[in-house]
Amino acid sequence: MKNFHISTTVNGDQTEFVCAPDETLLDVLRNRLGLTGAKEGCGTGDCGACSVTLNGRLVCSCLVLGAEVEGAEIGTVEGLATGDHLHPLQRNFIDHAALQCGICTPGILVAAKALLEKNASPTDEEIRYWLAGNLCRCTGYDKIIKAVQIAAAEMRGA
Amino acid sequence: MPLDSKMNRVFKVVGTRPPRPDGVDKVTGRAMYGADATAPGMLVGRILRSPHAHAKILSIDTSAAEALKGVKAVVTSADFGVPDNLSIRDVQDNCMARGKALYHGHAVAAVAASSAAIASQALKLIKVTYEVLPHVTDVDEAMRIGAPVVQSGRVLENVAAGLSENVTSQCEFGHGDLEAGFAKADKIIERSFTTAATHQGYIEPHACLASMSSDGRGDLWCCTQGQFFVRSLCAEIMGMDASQLRVTASEIGGGFGGKTTVFIEPVALALSRKSGRPVKIVMTRDEVFKATGPTVSSSTDVKIGMTKDGRITAAEATLRYQGGAFPCETVSMGAQSAFACYDLDAVKTLGWNVLTNRPKEAAYRAPGAPMAIYAVESVVDELCQELGLDPLDVRLKNAASKGTKSSYGPTFDDIGLRATLEAAKAHPHYTAPLGPNQGRGLSCGFWFNFGGNTCVSLNINTDGTVGITEGNPDIGGSRAAISQMAAEELGIPYEKIRTIIADTNSLGYNDVTDGSRVTFAVGLATIEAARNAIKVMCGRVAKIWGIDENAVIWEDGCAKPAGGNAGSFDPMSIEEIAAISANTGGPIAGHHEVNADGAGVSFGVHIADVEVDPETGATKILRYTVFQDAGKAVHPDYVEGQMQGGAVQGIGWALNEEYIYGKDGLLQNAGFLDYRVPVASDLPDIDTVILEIPNPGHPYGVRGVGETPIVPPLATLSNAVARAIGVRIFNLPMSPPKLLKAIGQKG
Repeated sequence: MKNFHISTTVNGDQTEFVCAPDETLLDVLRNRLGLTGAKEGCGTGDCGACSVTLNGRLVCSCLVLGAEVEGAEIGTVEGLATGDHLHPLQRNFIDHAALQCGICTPGILVAAKALLEKNASPTDEEIRYWLAGNLCRCTGYDKIIKAVQIAAAEMRGA
Repeated sequence: MPLDSKMNRVFKVVGTRPPRPDGVDKVTGRAMYGADATAPGMLVGRILRSPHAHAKILSIDTSAAEALKGVKAVVTSADFGVPDNLSIRDVQDNCMARGKALYHGHAVAAVAASSAAIASQALKLIKVTYEVLPHVTDVDEAMRIGAPVVQSGRVLENVAAGLSENVTSQCEFGHGDLEAGFAKADKIIERSFTTAATHQGYIEPHACLASMSSDGRGDLWCCTQGQFFVRSLCAEIMGMDASQLRVTASEIGGGFGGKTTVFIEPVALALSRKSGRPVKIVMTRDEVFKATGPTVSSSTDVKIGMTKDGRITAAEATLRYQGGAFPCETVSMGAQSAFACYDLDAVKTLGWNVLTNRPKEAAYRAPGAPMAIYAVESVVDELCQELGLDPLDVRLKNAASKGTKSSYGPTFDDIGLRATLEAAKAHPHYTAPLGPNQGRGLSCGFWFNFGGNTCVSLNINTDGTVGITEGNPDIGGSRAAISQMAAEELGIPYEKIRTIIADTNSLGYNDVTDGSRVTFAVGLATIEAARNAIKVMCGRVAKIWGIDENAVIWEDGCAKPAGGNAGSFDPMSIEEIAAISANTGGPIAGHHEVNADGAGVSFGVHIADVEVDPETGATKILRYTVFQDAGKAVHPDYVEGQMQGGAVQGIGWALNEEYIYGKDGLLQNAGFLDYRVPVASDLPDIDTVILEIPNPGHPYGVRGVGETPIVPPLATLSNAVARAIGVRIFNLPMSPPKLLKAIGQKG
């Protein structure tokens, strides 16, 4: 099988990589680019732990092929903070104990950021339905929903 | 280590909610989990699994796989010895089938190759010849004489005659005269229940990176709840001295009991030894479902007698648990916990463990208790309905309290059940109005809690800050709680402390992160280590001041003279003491090593309001409140988090989750699409009420909190549904088709 040579942008940085035709974007991020923040919880698009944005759209990177991202802009959890300044979602997840083991956290943060870009004032119900594709087995979601609400309020005020 | 006598102690750090020390790493993607490690020259390991539920392995031909370019090693059970220790042999045989494949997904061979693609291709070239055998996956069928026998020769001596060889152990608990007790009852109800096997469902699949060198040394990186236990198991399986195998626990992406043993680690070590290269194995989700521990499935009979004013006169339960293809003792914990919430004159439980052609059960949060207490609490609720009694009043009337001889033997010390029930009764949730198709249910829950082997080092750095080395992976904020207790004891700010989790070479043996033990036992050892460091510091200061060591006390991070008689000296801060430690005797540290007892049992009460859609049979949870005794909540956010997370796992167990086997004995739903854990949109807020009835066995009164909250939801929801639809379901999960059928039959 012939490999692909892909040029893309990851978290604002021009990036090039080579990948096999059957290699997922998640594999590329983790194994070729050293970005292990996105996690593989299922590999079938059911858990959302691998959530990234692709040209601004929230996707499961385990369901995207590396070969598909030529010229695209990809956003991962590693791109959320600006320098040493955490994104309000990141800070509020820590301050309000919205993570326990933390394995689902990168995907949930990327998904929540995508929600707040579309809808700056979501209801709890809207957050719960938006995050329905991101499984968390530790928290029961309660503190996650609250942390997203607090971050949203803070971002509206900013 | 008893509760400090100054009971009115005002805590400064304990009870606050500081940010967790591993928070930034975990929100930026920097934290290293099981699958995130790499090593130079690393190979990819893959495992071939049985397509049959039960089959004799006649031969395994690996020659074609070995000949494939890029394949560096292939292993089967022939590459392992046969351990004399039966429990080690079971662990090993579960990691790699020897002679027989015992369940769908049982490992039969493994390869290590230079790429994932080559490893997958190599698996297809391994030729296994099977003789398919009859199988059994249902617990009641497996008990019958004539059922296919999963493993022969595993029956313990005390098991009653007349049962299949699959029934490997039997246990009995209780006291009092049952017959006399039932004779006193105004109403007796006897029911049978079943619960499905459910999976812990941690989002991080098992992953490890093993590196064996030709001089017999090994390093292992893995996601585990207990690196020391992993070392014990792997060293014995690999025939190594413990000193030659260093195990490092990665950050762990959930465990809930399921990461307290090994599945892939010995396989990766064997592949690494054979290939001479580091080998990484990461399970797929399909493999996690098929070949790691779900919980037991159960079949239980409960009989309870009650007077018309709500006093339980006698209670009896028979529990049948299947824990897969290898013997397990989970039923014993079910039989002990079934009636633990009640103060009973006559009680008896009988439990049987049964082998089936399913994956070996692994611990899951309060293992054995949820299904037993579900059955008991359902019958108690039905008695309340029949006798027209308030379900909280009945629980209060029968609640175990200090001095109660528990149904499993010990006499309880200070416990929080009664206070928890009273808090539930006083809460506005309990009297809020309900609408049509809605019902309110409640249940008590119990867990034993555990202390265990624990070892902590606390080092005073030369600038007066503190490094703590402990040995239990942090699954839900324990680094924060440990740092808080050290800060409290030393009288220094939380931020001055950094707590790390040691590898197996850096500390003495620590038991697995289980039994809700870490905040209790590691906390206790940390407090004692801090006290030992304080003693050293006071000694150093005594020398400087030229006074007796006992004349120096420790207060707010400083050594001070004990009183006027001790002399007049300015206090010396921890920074000042540390800065000159080289001149006063060298580095300062405190240690504590203990096999902690006094864990203090734990109780909780849950209340739920549900609405059942009569058209679809779907249950919507409208409101949910958890009441639990934490002894002392060190970091209340993470205590609430345990209560909420445990409740939601129990909700999944009650409503959705189940292992579904076909007639062919194959698992039909090995993925998150078909094995449906609760998602955010399924749930309401989970409200929490923390009670603090100090545990007499901990200096600050701490009790473990992690496991109890998964216990009550099963009956809480079953009781709520029964009251919502007017018909009781005796089998979990209460999936929509099951409820729809029940509603239809009711007419």
